[in-house]
Amino acid sequence: MEKVGKIIAFCCAESAYRAADRAGRLRIRYPDNVRVIRVPCAGRVSVLHILKAFEKGAAGVLVMGCQEGACQHLTGNARAKERVKYAANLLQEAGIDGERVKMVNFGPDMAQKFVREIKEMVEKIKEGK
Amino acid sequence: MIIAERKPLEEIKNMIAGYKRILVVGCGTCVTICWAGGEKEVGILSSQLRLASNKEENELSILEAVVERQCEKEMVEELRDKVQEVEAVLSLGCGAGVQTVADIFEDKPVFPALNTAFIGMPEGEGLWTEMCGACGDCFLDRTGGICPIVRCAKGLLNGPCGGTRKGGKCEIDPEKDCAWVLIYRRLEKQGRLELMRKYYEAKNYRAVKRPGKVQAVQA
Repeated sequence: MEKVGKIIAFCCAESAYRAADRAGRLRIRYPDNVRVIRVPCAGRVSVLHILKAFEKGAAGVLVMGCQEGACQHLTGNARAKERVKYAANLLQEAGIDGERVKMVNFGPDMAQKFVREIKEMVEKIKEGK
Repeated sequence: MIIAERKPLEEIKNMIAGYKRILVVGCGTCVTICWAGGEKEVGILSSQLRLASNKEENELSILEAVVERQCEKEMVEELRDKVQEVEAVLSLGCGAGVQTVADIFEDKPVFPALNTAFIGMPEGEGLWTEMCGACGDCFLDRTGGICPIVRCAKGLLNGPCGGTRKGGKCEIDPEKDCAWVLIYRRLEKQGRLELMRKYYEAKNYRAVKRPGKVQAVQA
């Protein structure tokens, strides 16, 4: 597989992190350039975390939170969605494709979706090269 | 408090073009509260500038700092060591902040990264509304504490105009309340409706778009 830069996946401990763990336990193969960062809630990820990831050389950032309406902190995933939209505009302003950052909603058992989203981001990065 | 909005990155980049070492300075008071120039916003702007300069292969080194109040000379003095290391300063303060920094460090160019918008209050999350036009001749004693100069779209001192919509909305913007309907209801509640029957001489103030609004997203 052609190498692309690192992809940072901020994963909510309640959903996406469990989905990532499940993907591992099920031995589903996915690109090795993804770096999973466990966060207590997607709402913990600030715009600055996203920009810093790009500043340090990330090629893409995924913010992975719970399904809409299922956040245990009530509005964490909704806030994350707004922040991702804001970060995409800021990146675009700085000359970086705003689609390199994406918010994804998950249930804890969605291992296949976790893998699919990472593969999609890898493809998007390759297309943008 | 003073409400401000950040300038577009392109405009900021043009201001600092040609400088290789800059200091981005935020302010910990009004513009922190309105999400325009606090610690987080200093980090965001610096990060955006670094990303843009890497992309364009420009050499740019950025220092970051936040002072508690950029409009106070004693607090701005604390920046002296950092300012000596840079060629220019980018201020995320209001107009008063930018000018204070420029006054103290006269040998360095100081650029504004924000547009100072108005004096207002928070209406909801990330939404600020203009409340005071700083006209220098407060009128609120006659209007039940509601300023018609900024909250009436026409800035009328003798209202309402003939265009108030049903439900007490403004004819210029049906989303906004007619300030004079609000004033009438407030004075009615206080039993001071006789104030509505007095006529007041017009003030000499500039025609500006009012009331102003700033919508931001918390980072």
